[in-house]
Amino acid sequence: MSPRRKRMWVVGLIVLGVGLATFFALKAFQKNLLYFYTPSQVLSGEAPKAYPFRVGGLVVQGSLKRETNGVTLQFSVTDGTATIPVKFSGILPDLFREGQGIISIGRLDKSGVFEASEVLAKHDENYMPPEVAESLKNKGTLPQSYKDYKK
Amino acid sequence: MMAEFGHFTLILALMMALIQGTLPLIGASRNIKSWMLSGLYAGRAQFLFLSLSFGSLICCFIQNDFSVLYVAEHSNSDLPLYYRIAATWGAHEGSMLLWATILAFWTLMVSSIQGSLSLDFHARVMGIMGLISLGMGLFVLLTSNPFTRLVPVPLDGHDLNPLLQDFGMTIHPPMLYMGYVGLSVVFSFAIAALLGNHLDSAWARWSRPWTLIAWIFLTFGITLGSWWAYYELGWGGWWFWDPVENASFMPWLVSTALLHSLAATEKRGAFKAWTVLLAIFAFSLSLLGTFLVRSGVLTSVHAFASDPTRGSFILVLLGLVVGGSLTIYALRAPKIREISEYALVSRESLLLVNNVLLVSAAASILLGTLYPLILDALKLGKISVGAPYFTSVFAPLMAPVFLLAGVATLVGWREASLSKLLRQLRYLGPTSLILGIALTAVFWQVDDLKTLSGLTMGIWLVATSLLSLWNRIRLRKRFVEGLLAQSTSFLGMTTAHIGIAVFLIGVVISNGYSQESVVRLAIGDSTDLAGYTFTFRGIEDVVGPNYKAKEATFTVTRGSSEEAVLRTEKRIYKVQRNNMTEAAISPGLTRDLYVALGDPIDQQTWSVRVYYKPFVRLIWLGGLIMMAGGFLSVIDKRYRLSHLIRSVSKTQTLQSPPRHS
Repeated sequence: MSPRRKRMWVVGLIVLGVGLATFFALKAFQKNLLYFYTPSQVLSGEAPKAYPFRVGGLVVQGSLKRETNGVTLQFSVTDGTATIPVKFSGILPDLFREGQGIISIGRLDKSGVFEASEVLAKHDENYMPPEVAESLKNKGTLPQSYKDYKK
Repeated sequence: MMAEFGHFTLILALMMALIQGTLPLIGASRNIKSWMLSGLYAGRAQFLFLSLSFGSLICCFIQNDFSVLYVAEHSNSDLPLYYRIAATWGAHEGSMLLWATILAFWTLMVSSIQGSLSLDFHARVMGIMGLISLGMGLFVLLTSNPFTRLVPVPLDGHDLNPLLQDFGMTIHPPMLYMGYVGLSVVFSFAIAALLGNHLDSAWARWSRPWTLIAWIFLTFGITLGSWWAYYELGWGGWWFWDPVENASFMPWLVSTALLHSLAATEKRGAFKAWTVLLAIFAFSLSLLGTFLVRSGVLTSVHAFASDPTRGSFILVLLGLVVGGSLTIYALRAPKIREISEYALVSRESLLLVNNVLLVSAAASILLGTLYPLILDALKLGKISVGAPYFTSVFAPLMAPVFLLAGVATLVGWREASLSKLLRQLRYLGPTSLILGIALTAVFWQVDDLKTLSGLTMGIWLVATSLLSLWNRIRLRKRFVEGLLAQSTSFLGMTTAHIGIAVFLIGVVISNGYSQESVVRLAIGDSTDLAGYTFTFRGIEDVVGPNYKAKEATFTVTRGSSEEAVLRTEKRIYKVQRNNMTEAAISPGLTRDLYVALGDPIDQQTWSVRVYYKPFVRLIWLGGLIMMAGGFLSVIDKRYRLSHLIRSVSKTQTLQSPPRHS
């Protein structure tokens, strides 16, 4: 095979590989982008109804309730202005505490309850997911105890 | 005093890095012998000073010197000695000092092969490594000095994050760093070769063992991290496609590609330009990994407190490394002569396919990892990319890799006959498929295409690898004689490929047939899962050195036989007041039984998470087998120093390729 033809094959292969990867990537990308919304945005109807997204804020003090089956939990998440109820089946992360910043992934049901499939809390009592910290800061409701690592 | 000594030796090390990063490079371009040699001594001195510096930081931890800010923030007098030592690299400042110290260690190793490389080439390698050391040294000293004092001195420290108080976590970062930083050696070799027009097979032969060693450490580090996440985070998962995991996985993929393209470069002088580019990418991705973990831009289980000035510093460093090396590449690459010729059906072509696929996989992971960051930086919204994206992109890209990895070893260099290859495979192909279908049908459901194709690919990979070994063995009269005649690097390659198959089988079975349930259990209650009965026997208080815990005991029975007694804990650490779940696992080659204590519902009742994980151990076993394969390859005679020196003196021009691979 002449070097020129060989090079064409090589280029062809690479284009094919990259093309394939891009195709799969973009196809999967579309479906799996999770946008972040604050409780206020959710209440004002900005959040998507049909597919999952992330919501974050502080867990309202005293809002954590356990249903009788023992594994379904309900609590509220707030950004200081708006509060939405979150429902979660499973075991909360070790650092989940009322008053702390969390992020949860899930979708909104018809009655406006956020059904979480995952709840993330950080492994540092003063740390807060950056999204949550920023949205609280914009609302001016960032707690004093929060160390601003992004100064 | 200890802290000042550490600080002082750190500055001395920086001075040494400055010498090492300048004099040898200038010396090499102006042909001044003494300047070229200076890098050698500066590099060794740098290692001495950095080990003294790192040693004194360890001493600060052992002595509970809370007047040092870093110690006060990450240790406590109740912390057991072992974890006090490990706490040295438990957070940012110390781990960056460890990074720099490991780099100095690699520099020391490279300095020891001085006699076997041409003077100017070795001087350039030392010089490039010196420049990297300089960058990292400045970074540690200016943005992350671990020796900063704290006034007033607190009575006790803030303790090490409980999540890190674990054996796996103490050795995971050093291993990973050995791998990350080890890639800097290959990077320096590539840049030095570009600068001095030394891109010959001797360069490739020298680069291979270093790449292998770095790759072994990376493999080990990632395997350890995955194992740790599995038993410590209590979610029962072994890989989360977390940005930080991706950050370690991308250099692994690219260095795996590099290993394969180096083989073609060494044997056939092929893909030189591409190999250099891969060496640059592999190290750049290691730096990117450091940036991602340390900059605090990520929402991740790994993103502990962090600081953006550090992030920008690493970003600038990353920009200099990538920009500088790509500029050199652009200037020099047109001069690289590709002298090899190969046909479409040849090992070169298959190695190229391997490279394209591995790099595409790394690129798609990079896209998923960086896209949210770029969008955020441009204020276009906050998004994250879910794990399903990574799995759906990764699986189709990897399938051909699994299918071709074993076949490639059957194909000769330069030109091979397709019909001969197909004749060799005419029984193996159908047999693997039938075996795959049969196993899936007997143990699981036959219509489960994921398990079926995964098993078939695994069996196929093992079968083709063994066939290739058998083809070589049968050239000798007796089996043992034939086996002993094989080079360890060939055995290593076969072993590593079998490791991938073991890993793959572990992944498909544990992903397909794991069972999980979250239940509410009172003492005496039991729950059934996958044919096992988990009974909650009782709960009691336990006191550890720096924590208090509730320890729950479970017995697991299957039919009438008792399988395991599991003790899981819910700990509260005294200082940070953090809850930590210690899962209890009954490990086994064919199944893991896993219990994690959830939350208390009342005095007698807890929510409990139980898992049944079939063949999950194969995932880490596969990683260990790959590592063993890498180890076998690296101890090959060809890479022994004396042998390399002899062959290098012969190969200043390209020699004909040796027959074994």
